Amino acid sequence: MARWPKPQEGSWTEHFGLGTEPISYEDSVSPDFYELEREAIFKRAWLNVGRVEQLPRHGSYFIKEIAVAGTSVVLVRDGEDIRGFHNVCRHRGNKLVWNDYPGEEVSGVCRQFVCKYHGWRYGTDGQLTFVQQEGEFFDLDKSQTGLIPVHCEVWEGFVFINLAEEPPQSLREFLGPMVTGLGGYPFGLMTERFTYRAEIESNWKLYMDAFQEFYHAPVLHQKQTPPDWSGPALKNGFEAPHYQIDGPHRLVSTAGIRLYELPPNMRKPIEGLTRSGNFGPWEAPELGEMPAGLNPGNCEPWGLDSFQMFPNFTILIWSLGWYLTYHYWPTSYNTHVFESTLYFVPPKTARERLALEMAATTFKEFGLQDANTLEATQTMLESQVIDTFPLCDQEVLCRHLHKVTKEWVDDYQRETEVTI
Amino acid sequence: MSTPLLPAEFSDLEPFAAKWCLATEAERYSTRLTSSMEEMQAFYDAAMAIGEEAIAYCDQFPLTGMPDQAVNLMHLLYSLIAISFAIECWSQPRVPDSGAAYLDLIVEPTL
Repeated sequence: MARWPKPQEGSWTEHFGLGTEPISYEDSVSPDFYELEREAIFKRAWLNVGRVEQLPRHGSYFIKEIAVAGTSVVLVRDGEDIRGFHNVCRHRGNKLVWNDYPGEEVSGVCRQFVCKYHGWRYGTDGQLTFVQQEGEFFDLDKSQTGLIPVHCEVWEGFVFINLAEEPPQSLREFLGPMVTGLGGYPFGLMTERFTYRAEIESNWKLYMDAFQEFYHAPVLHQKQTPPDWSGPALKNGFEAPHYQIDGPHRLVSTAGIRLYELPPNMRKPIEGLTRSGNFGPWEAPELGEMPAGLNPGNCEPWGLDSFQMFPNFTILIWSLGWYLTYHYWPTSYNTHVFESTLYFVPPKTARERLALEMAATTFKEFGLQDANTLEATQTMLESQVIDTFPLCDQEVLCRHLHKVTKEWVDDYQRETEVTI
Repeated sequence: MSTPLLPAEFSDLEPFAAKWCLATEAERYSTRLTSSMEEMQAFYDAAMAIGEEAIAYCDQFPLTGMPDQAVNLMHLLYSLIAISFAIECWSQPRVPDSGAAYLDLIVEPTL
């Protein structure tokens, strides 16, 4: 008997019309499919590359390596505007901004960008402002030789780029009503950051799948709670009270727990001391009214919303007044870079700071458990001993991601055939 | 003896201070991985016994401009959090089955 009501079709999977048959993971083991994803998805979709707080003043910049699209992008604040450019000098193609190692992402503040090779200079608006020994060149029009721009738009402080020549949709159109319903959430107040990074030996979609279902949680994370908690949790299993899909994006909400009301045998001693844990600090900051798009299923008590945004970006908002992001940056068909940032309202006291440390440390312990299964899964998927895999109703969002990925690839193939 | 790292009220924790007053998560995590369970259990027992008092002590000061000994105590409490997982969850220093996996903290608060 389900603890939470299912849609009238009897399941979320049927409600969304995703089919209930076992699915193939060919899309995660095929180098050919990966090559198609690069063109069809990562060179056409809006990609989040960071937040405006990383670009606090005129001339602030950071570099984002987009290996999956074969480029590197400079994001820079130019007065009120945030601009994006391919990180390449117009003269002889040297990478424009880097330190020590060209593959490492750097950030800083500058008045202009100066190429290390021959000293060509570009303003923060991308214009070529200086050419060394300009008189030696032939018919060089500086006004036509600026940095190559990348489409760049900002939504609620999140900086997105699009590598298409002409994106078919604006950023807001692409994000759609489910995601933009978060508009007005106080993201800008949460500037205390913890950023994690790892290179993962799996296809990018496997880690997305790991974090878009919680069916695994009572099993894989069993030991992170006392037996009085984990025993019943394992017996009951996990059910989400609400799932939602809007275009290529998807959402899961979970039910909340009032940790401070639990008896001590239901929590770890360190949680009692720090008054914090996996769900965050127990004392949530006062944030005022929340946007209508948060907790859209009106779950009560509500725990979190995980907004899974196509293709590779997640915003996860906790009921205790903080949020985190995930990014999955493919580097080959069976490797990717995983990044996660936890964002909190800056602490005012030592006690508040310690509660953040507890939340961040707990996040890492969970993350290591989630990460350690991925290489093991990737290698055995690549054995191709098994063709298809059954997904349950609590894995409905995994099913959706693989379906949308295939649709984008199919659309791209159709369009390019027509063009040819 | 040299100047104590911790405030006098927390002399019970002073034997653990030289090893565990660590400013970055990377140092705390790697120290945990290379320490014995016996050693971490002793630190855990001593620190949990006066954890409330230690937090209350640090809480007297503003977060910016905290005296050095209070900063050290904060760092020690961060280490307590880091090792608590080895003691309370795993019964071993490392997250089980995480041999190949890692997650580096590349941006963290200054205190």
